[in-house]
Parts: sequence; structure tokens; C-alpha cells
Amino acid sequence: MPETYAWAPDIYDALKQMDVRQIAYVPDAGHARLLKLCEADNAMRMVPLTTEEEGVSLAAGAWLGGERAVMLIQSSGVGNCINMISLANTCRFPLLMVISMRAQHREFNPWQKPMGQATRPALEAMGVTVTEVDDPDQVGREVRSAGEQAYGWPDMMAVLLHQSLMPVKTFGK
Amino acid sequence: MDHTRADAYKLRRREVAKTILDGRDDDFLVVTGLGSPNWDATAAGDHPLTFPLWGAMGGAATLGLGLALAQPDKRVMVMTGDGEMLMAMGSFATIMAKAPDNLAVVVFDNERYGETGMQATHTAGPVDLVAVAKACGFPVAQQVVAEAELQTAIPIIREAPGPVFVDIKVRAEDLPFVLPSKDGVHLKNRFRERLLGPESLL
Repeated sequence: MPETYAWAPDIYDALKQMDVRQIAYVPDAGHARLLKLCEADNAMRMVPLTTEEEGVSLAAGAWLGGERAVMLIQSSGVGNCINMISLANTCRFPLLMVISMRAQHREFNPWQKPMGQATRPALEAMGVTVTEVDDPDQVGREVRSAGEQAYGWPDMMAVLLHQSLMPVKTFGK
Repeated sequence: MDHTRADAYKLRRREVAKTILDGRDDDFLVVTGLGSPNWDATAAGDHPLTFPLWGAMGGAATLGLGLALAQPDKRVMVMTGDGEMLMAMGSFATIMAKAPDNLAVVVFDNERYGETGMQATHTAGPVDLVAVAKACGFPVAQQVVAEAELQTAIPIIREAPGPVFVDIKVRAEDLPFVLPSKDGVHLKNRFRERLLGPESLL
């Protein structure tokens, strides 16, 4: 059996190479290993959010102050961000979101379906460029590429981590 | 809900903004929430290190948090309204998860949604934003209703170890618009150029 979340260190390396300093997150099992890696890095500040939209404005403030932020969230949290993405869109703030997907692959919980299916179109409707990755060997380079565009242009970028990258969650069944 | 008491509050928001912003220097970074706080700050004098929000309701406090974390040697003041802060109640908790001591959040609390017809907000009822801030662990959280209290609060807003929260009860009044630029890219770039230097725009 392959190592669980073996791609997580690749995302950490990409964030580290891009000098990302503020890690805004609402935890998800898909991000748990990555969050631990970031926590262990004294140059990265972990900012737990009460709702995902706070991450969009936090990232804007970080950029005003000369720092780079990333959002680590689950697909259901994308819905909480929609209007706040207007801030990044109107002011052309960099926005990098790494999103663990639900409702794609062996999803146990039907309540995840509506927002899971709406994640990509909702982001695209707000002007965010979306790429999805399901190959564990490509996760790091996709995050790196999205990050370079987000911070370099600047632009709004989302990388969707396909649910098949995560272990199946069956709630004990 | 008391729909009339704010009509009699002594403090006038335009004067309060002038008092708070008077004599500011480049170590004082300001984020203003959408609506009246923008017009108040602009009436007091536009400044490249003021970032006025024209939207993003509920985002002012966490925008200030990101800025305060990025610039620990500068003072960051978020100046917003009660309606905007009510939409950002969770950000009291998010701010205290990091507790940057250089951040002050100041609410101009007229107990009204001023841009939409002066409807009462929740603070016209029993909702107490100072109590929320205290419950979330803000080391400094206080209400200001009188001029003497405002004078006491100024050095707290500008330099007391925070995070600081100050709720200023201001008169509910419909004032003329004094608009800053609404070009978000310009507002962002002028802020970064002044704070980080021209190379930050390359």
C-alpha cells in the first residue's frame, strides 16, 4: 500500500520555495499531513479560520504587507468564499487556494454532493483559474505552477486535489 | 431593539475619525471597512497607507490581521462599522488565534446600516461587541461614548499592546459622501509602493 498523503511534502516544498509565510486554513483530513509540516516550520505562521472567507481577506492583507499567503481548505468551504473573492478579483490580489475535494471518488456522505459538484464552476464564475490534479506525482508541480502565477502576475488560482488522492472515509462502516 | 437612542449619541463620526487619524505617520497603517468609515477616513484626509474597502463586507478585520502579521513593526488599525463587524464576528476568534500585539480594531458603532437606509443593526439591541471581543480574549476591549473617553482611547488605539478593540458609539447621522478612489488596483499599489518601496510593484 502506498504511503498515505505521500504528496503532502511536495506541496510543503512548493510553498517553502515560494516563501509563503501565512498558512490560512480550515482543517480537512486531506490537508492534515501538510498542516503538520507547515506547523513545524518557524517561518510559516498558521492562521486557523472560523470560516473560509476570512482567508481571502487575510491573504489580501498579507500581500499589502509584503507577505504571501495560501489557503488550505476543503471543497465545501469554497462556497463560503464566493463574495469575498470579489476583493481579490477587483484589486488583483494574489490568491492561491489548495482545495481537497469531496463528492468525487467513493464519497460516503451525500451531503457533500452539492458543494463538491459546484466547486469548480463556482470558482470559475468568480474568475478563479482552476486546475485539478489526481496524479500524486504531479501535485507538487501543479501547486508550484499555480503559485508562480498567483504571486507573479498576480492572479487567482485554485488547485483541486482529487478525492482519489485521499483515503476513503467510511465513518466506521 | 432601541431605534432612537443612537440619534442622541454625543460623538460625531467625522470628528472622531479626524481625532484618531490626526498626526499619523508612515508607521500607522489603516484599513477602513466599506461604507461610512471610508467616507469618514477620506474626509479626514486621504493617505496612501489607508486601504479603503468598497466591498468585501466582513473582511476588514481579517485583512488587518494579515497585514499586522506581515508588518509586526507597524501599527495596524482597522476602522469599520458595526454592520461590517457583525458580519465578521468569527474574526474576533481568528484574530485571537494569533493575537498580534500591533493590531487595533475600532468600530464606529451608530447601530445602523448607514448605506442602505439607516436600518437598525443588532447593536441597537442587546448585542455588545466589546463583550464579544472580551469573550474571545482581546487583552484590551472597551467602549467609548464620551469625548473624554475618546481622548483616553487614542493612545490605546495607536500604541497599546493589543490586540485592541474599541467600540465607539457615534451618533446615527446621514452625512455627505466623501469618496476615495474606487480603483482597487490603484489603492493596492499605492499602499504597497509607500510601505514596501517602488520595487514592490515590479
